Amino acid sequence: MSKYYLNYLDELESEAIYILREVYAQFQNPVILFSGGKDSILVTHLAKKAFYPSKIPFPLMHVDTGHNFPETIQFRDDLIKELGAQLIVGSVQESIDTGRVAEEKGKNATRNALQITTLLDAIESNKIDCAIGGGRRDEEKARAKERFFSHRDDFGQWDPKNQRPELWNLLNGKHFEGEHFRAFPISNWTEMDVWNYIKREDIKIPSLYLAHQREVVWRSDTWIPVSEHLKLEENEKIETKRIRFRTLGDITITGGIESEADTLEKIAVEVAAMRMTERGNRSDDKRSETAMEDRKKQGYF
Amino acid sequence: MVDNNQLLRFTTAGSVDDGKSTLIGRLLYDSKSIFEDQLAAVESTSKKKGHDNIDLAMFTDGLKEEREQGITIDVAYRYFTTPKRKFIIADTPGHIQYTRNMITGASTANAAIILVDARHGVIEQTKRHSFIASLLQIPHLIVCINKMDLVNYDESVYDNIVDQYENLSSKLVIQDITYIPISALHGDNVVNRSENMEWYKGAALLYTLETLHISNDLNKIDARFPVQTVLRPQREGFIDYRGYAGRIASGVFRKGDSVVALPSGFTSKIKSINTYDQEFDEAYVPMSVSITLEDDIDISRGDMIVRTNNRPETSQEFDVMLCWMSSKASQPRAKYTVCHTENSQKAMIKNVLYKVDINTYDRIKDQETFEMNDIGRVTIRTTKPLMIDSYGTNRTTGSIILIDDNTNETVAAGMIV
Repeated sequence: MSKYYLNYLDELESEAIYILREVYAQFQNPVILFSGGKDSILVTHLAKKAFYPSKIPFPLMHVDTGHNFPETIQFRDDLIKELGAQLIVGSVQESIDTGRVAEEKGKNATRNALQITTLLDAIESNKIDCAIGGGRRDEEKARAKERFFSHRDDFGQWDPKNQRPELWNLLNGKHFEGEHFRAFPISNWTEMDVWNYIKREDIKIPSLYLAHQREVVWRSDTWIPVSEHLKLEENEKIETKRIRFRTLGDITITGGIESEADTLEKIAVEVAAMRMTERGNRSDDKRSETAMEDRKKQGYF
Repeated sequence: MVDNNQLLRFTTAGSVDDGKSTLIGRLLYDSKSIFEDQLAAVESTSKKKGHDNIDLAMFTDGLKEEREQGITIDVAYRYFTTPKRKFIIADTPGHIQYTRNMITGASTANAAIILVDARHGVIEQTKRHSFIASLLQIPHLIVCINKMDLVNYDESVYDNIVDQYENLSSKLVIQDITYIPISALHGDNVVNRSENMEWYKGAALLYTLETLHISNDLNKIDARFPVQTVLRPQREGFIDYRGYAGRIASGVFRKGDSVVALPSGFTSKIKSINTYDQEFDEAYVPMSVSITLEDDIDISRGDMIVRTNNRPETSQEFDVMLCWMSSKASQPRAKYTVCHTENSQKAMIKNVLYKVDINTYDRIKDQETFEMNDIGRVTIRTTKPLMIDSYGTNRTTGSIILIDDNTNETVAAGMIV
């Protein structure tokens, strides 16, 4: 075996840093889309590495559905303070209040799709030409088709059938006024890679990812956390379980799994043995076979 | 837990008919890389469509339109891990009208799997896929002779196809070829060795992928560092810090190396190499690092740091093998933006030397324009010099793309001859 080779985590890290630096060099006004989830925390960590000893040269942007885990918001604010970074918040509640969007009605109403309008409005009003996201190709079949540099037209739309070919490591971020790009530095990472890396680098993550006692309700084959936004259905009862979350999103639709994994080591072992995809607990993806593709075409993350 | 294991990127080109999607589905399924909810979704759709068994091909379908038409249109990426390696599959369509997507998938691959239907042997499509693998100089080629179950697992059928392929490959530049008789549908020699083909003494496909020697796929000889951006933190403790950030394109750099910045020609020595808080005595391809130099010399994005005694060619006019990727044909002497490493500048196609018929490998002379999926040799002239190597010695400093300034689309990819 030759001496000069990288293991796969180092290679993924190097690729992500290359892409982040390319965003900085090719765009005027990029932001990191920050949800408080592990993938956007990872992207932020990689940005810290990419530009050291300079500070991260991008603001963080949070699209806030108003239905948050309180822990996520606390984590976000602490991280911003630690990095000395700027935070931009796009508020779904504000979009509702100003009549830009209307709340969904019906039994499984969520604010998931409403985020699209808030996100695109925030991109436009802040004149953002590149939004860096933590999307990964292994998450979902529409995301498997994403480029590192993914073009959005002046309506914020994605045209998956007409994407620019992306060869070698030559990234084409050229665009016209009003259009923007999404950049995905961790495209090639899997859930397992993310956990192995978080463990290796000892990256701080919200405690929600670790097993803890919580009041939950069994709904759509998953444990939905009890919160002020949850309306109990008939036959549903509140139980206390030891759970953890594999993804973090809107508190009303993010389901937890029963787990004893309360350390990063135990999570890595648990994920390695996992037989369901992480988005299997997200009711936003269960609406139809092409739920993600349809939302992404309109401008979703 | 796996440590120190490598990442292998491979591409598979093919259409539904030759069982490409079935093969990938089989690799994912047998290596236990398919999750229960994915399996359940595929089972329910298979049932709806009236299939008896689960349709393995459906694991690789992506966009709505692809599922409706049962075809692959665009490159899709799949991931799986074994205790030995992490794999990235670039799953690409095989029809001639998607040649550009095949090239995209092949551009970063260590290995290519070429599927040959045992009933049909080497056909036009095999020739096309092999040509592309050779053009993109994919280091390892694995020829899978598929559907062996339909020819009674007959050794002579396999031998005959290997002979045909050897004949074909003698006209191409391919460094390393492995042949494997398989049945993707039944799983013979994919993950597990086949009991139906005792005569085959080689390894199954997965084992082959796990053990290909890929450490030498990257150029470790010619040190090239294209500068992406300059880091000037201007904060306490780093007032005079001036770091050149980039990803090492090839070779190895060491602290104290005598280097030259191109195109300026200023020389200096490497003072430090670091990533974040880690400092390295040496760094190599494909590491992303920041380099500082002993002297304050003028270096900016697009410049290249190399060792003084091993320099790339500095040129404004060079030949490339060009693949046209846009539905809008090229115009003679039209101007484009050329991107090469971190450089971009105006360029034009000065001259078309020939185009290649990728089914017969014949050269076609007296051509002026390139249409979508055309491949051929052209001379490119740029407004300023580029620091280039031939694609054969260096995939990163030997590749370019062309962008149409009217649409901002990437219209062509080129490999420097």
